[in-house]
Amino acid sequence: MSRLGYLGPLTAGSFDVGPARAHADLNTTTGREHSPAENTGPQRVRVGTDLVRVADVAASVEHFGDRYLKRLFTDHEVSCCRGGPATVAAGLAARFAAKEATIKVLQPRGAIPDWRSIEVRRDVHGRCDLLLSGSAARLAREAGITDTALSLSHEGAMAVAVVVALCGIPGAEVARNIADETR
Amino acid sequence: MDEEIRKVLAEHARLPVDVSEMSDRADLYQAGMTSHASVSVMLALEDAFDIEFPERMLRKSTFESIAAIRGALTELTSSGEKSG
Repeated sequence: MSRLGYLGPLTAGSFDVGPARAHADLNTTTGREHSPAENTGPQRVRVGTDLVRVADVAASVEHFGDRYLKRLFTDHEVSCCRGGPATVAAGLAARFAAKEATIKVLQPRGAIPDWRSIEVRRDVHGRCDLLLSGSAARLAREAGITDTALSLSHEGAMAVAVVVALCGIPGAEVARNIADETR
Repeated sequence: MDEEIRKVLAEHARLPVDVSEMSDRADLYQAGMTSHASVSVMLALEDAFDIEFPERMLRKSTFESIAAIRGALTELTSSGEKSG
């Protein structure tokens, strides 16, 4: 996914690109559809983004406590957000933004997936990625999503997340971060 | 019920408008309620009415207006889906 580079305006949506043209087109795209390249099937790229006020998250943690944390976040996510209240709130806000950005990518027609089925996993090097399970993984498979990429950031009062998903690629292997609920 | 709903919205929806002046059908998202604020509203409603919103009700439309919230709460309280 890193080959895709800059993805243009930070808006939720989807558009088609031909695999051979993906990099060049995505550098300048405005989110409109592109024609597939010759002799190859179209790739569908979905982009979702969300922006969250850190103070809102801090207020919810203060007011609802563990009930808020357990409803929205996994134990791993909570354990990754340590420090003073402001630092914790910023980390949680970025993760909530990631969940909402993912929901925009999944485009559920009915109920939204359990927030905890969209997990931000951080490895030992601090790199964050998505792990989809349960209802989120089911929606991803229904959409033909084969891989995702995540970027998080927070600065001052705001936290932001961008999620990119590849889908609709015939025969593509599904990435390990999308759980196979049929197994 | 409406008075309690409006009280929850006033405290948790973080709307830039006066909730008491909003109509039952006014779109709360268009009025400025964010997705995160809707989660806080959901939790506050659960506290206020001693219910728990099941996953099937976790959709944007459930919290889009005072009328929609009232409909969901009426369904939950009449069916006895109390929180554990």
